[in-house]
Amino acid sequence: MDYTLKELMTICAAREIKNGDIVFCGTGISMLAAMAAKNINAPDSVIFFETGAIDSKLEDIPLAVADPRIMYHTSANGGLMEAFCTMQNPMSGARIVGILGAAQIDIYGNLNSTVIGEYEAPAVRFSGSGGACDVASFVSRSIIFMKMEKRKFKKKLDYLTSPGYLDGPEGREKAGLPPGGPDKVITDMGVMGFDEHTRQMFLIGCFPGITPDRILDNMEFEIRTDRAVEIAVPTQTELTLLREKCDPHSLIL
Amino acid sequence: MNNQLDKTMPLREAIRRYVKNGAHISIGGFTLNRNPMAAVYEIIRQKITDLHLYAHSNGTGLDELIGAGCIAKLEIAYGGNGKAAPTCIRFARAIQNNEILFEDYSNYMMSLRFMAGAMGVPFLPTLSGMGSDMLTTWGFSESMRLSDPKIVNKKLAVVDNPFGNWGGAKKVVAVPAINPDVTIIHVQQADIMGTCRIKGLTFADVEQAKASRHVIVTCENLVEKAVLRENPDMNQIPFIHVSAVCHVPFGGYPTAVYGHYDYDAQYLKQFAAAARDENAFTAYQDRFIFGVDNHEQFLKQVGKDRLEAVAADPRTGYSVNMKRD
Repeated sequence: MDYTLKELMTICAAREIKNGDIVFCGTGISMLAAMAAKNINAPDSVIFFETGAIDSKLEDIPLAVADPRIMYHTSANGGLMEAFCTMQNPMSGARIVGILGAAQIDIYGNLNSTVIGEYEAPAVRFSGSGGACDVASFVSRSIIFMKMEKRKFKKKLDYLTSPGYLDGPEGREKAGLPPGGPDKVITDMGVMGFDEHTRQMFLIGCFPGITPDRILDNMEFEIRTDRAVEIAVPTQTELTLLREKCDPHSLIL
Repeated sequence: MNNQLDKTMPLREAIRRYVKNGAHISIGGFTLNRNPMAAVYEIIRQKITDLHLYAHSNGTGLDELIGAGCIAKLEIAYGGNGKAAPTCIRFARAIQNNEILFEDYSNYMMSLRFMAGAMGVPFLPTLSGMGSDMLTTWGFSESMRLSDPKIVNKKLAVVDNPFGNWGGAKKVVAVPAINPDVTIIHVQQADIMGTCRIKGLTFADVEQAKASRHVIVTCENLVEKAVLRENPDMNQIPFIHVSAVCHVPFGGYPTAVYGHYDYDAQYLKQFAAAARDENAFTAYQDRFIFGVDNHEQFLKQVGKDRLEAVAADPRTGYSVNMKRD
C-alpha cells in the first residue's frame, strides 16, 4: 500500500485519540491528527483551541489556531480565558488530550520551543510557549510530534518551555504540577512511550523498514528498545478518510 | 477613559494623542486574526519609538512593529504568523541580535496578567509553568526592573498556597498584573461612544481593554447606538473603557476579521519574504507604509483584487476559495 510518512504519523497520532476525548489542538500535523481521529476512530471526540473555540465544525482545515475557519459552527466561541479554564479545571481538564510539537525533547518528555543556545542573543529563537506550557502543565496526557534528529532528542534542553516528567517519577509532584504528562512521542521513524515507573522514554515500535539502532543513532540519549514492535501501517480506510475528508486540498499532507 | 459621548476621531489623531514614545501598549487579536493593523501602520508612520509591548500570541502586528524599530521592550508568549512564518522573522532576528529586551510567558499567564489588571489586583495565581524555565530565566534583569517604576520587581513568583492544600496545590505561581497605558483593538462594530461588538473569538481583547488606561477602538462598521443596544447581549466592551473610536474599514487587513474578510495568505507570505532581507524589507516598508498617508491609500496600494479574494463568505465567515498555500 502507498502512503507517505506524514500520513503514517498522522494516523498513528489519531489512533491514540479515544471517543469522548477532548483534543487540544495546535497547528499543522497536530490539527490534522485531531481531524483524522474525528473522521476515523473517534467520531465523538471534541476538538478545541486555546483561542477559545470549542467543537468547531472544521469544514475547511485551519492553518493556524486563530484561523477564522475554527470559528464557524462551534459549540461556543469565547476567548483565551474560557479555553484555559476548560483545560485547567479538574472537571473538564481530566478529559483533555494535548497534541504538541517542539524543537527539542529530553528523555523525560520535557520540551523546548523557545531558544537554541543562550536565552539572550540565542543562535535560534523560536516562537515561544504560546499555550504549550499551559497544556503540558495540565492535561492528563499529551501526544508529541518530533522529527528524529540528534539535535532534537537532547540530553539537556537549551530551555525548558513545557514540563514533561521533569527529572523523573516524582518530578511533577515535587514541582507542584498536577499528575498527567506526556504519553506518546510520534516521530518520523517510530513511536515512543514513557515507562510508568522510571518515567523515561522507551521505544514502543518502529515504522516499517526502520531498526531500533537507526532510531538510537538519531538521539543524543539512550532509550530502552527491548519492547519494540513493528507499528501497524495505515489501512486503506484510514488513508481514504484522511485524504478525502480531512485534507482534500493537501494543505498539510 | 473619556466620558464624552462622541469619541470618534481620525486614526492619526488617536495615535498621536494616546501612543507616546516610551508608552506601554497592548494590541488585540491573535497571530493572524483581528490585529489592529491600520493602527500598527499609523504608529510606524508616526515613527513612535521605545514602546513597551504586551501580548499573548501575536504575529502580523508584532512583526511589523518590531521590524520598524518601534519596540524597545516586549513581554510575550508567542511570536508566530501561521504558515507564512511559524516564528515571526523580525521578532526572531531582533532577539538573536540582542536588539530588544524581552520576557517570555505562556498564553494563560499573559491572559491572567491582563485579567489581574482589569480586576485591580496585583497578581493572580496559576499552576501553569511550575518546573519550567519560565520561572527561573528572566529577560529583564532585577536591577533594570528596580530602576523602572513602570516595571514590576519580579517576572513571576512561586508562593505558598495561603489556604493550605486547598484545591490540591501547596504552592502557586503568582503572575503580576499588567495595566497598559493604551490598548488598541480592532472590532467588527462600534458606536460613537465606544461600545464594541466582536464577532467570532474575542481572544483576550476584553481583558486587555479593561486593564488599560486608554483604549483606542478601530472598527469595520460604525453603527448607531440604537443598533448595538437592541441586542446588548452581543456586545463585549461597554463604552466607559474607551477613549477613541476610529472608523477604519479593512482596519484589520492583512489579518482576518471574522464575518468580513480572511487573512491574506499571499500578503503575509510576501511580508515574510521581505522580512528576511534588509533591502527588500526597506522597499516593502517604503511601498506599503511610508509611501502612503493612511490606511485607505494602503488598501489602494494593496489593490482591489486582493481585497476581493479575502472577502468573507456570508455563511462561514471566511473566504472559502482563497488560495492558502
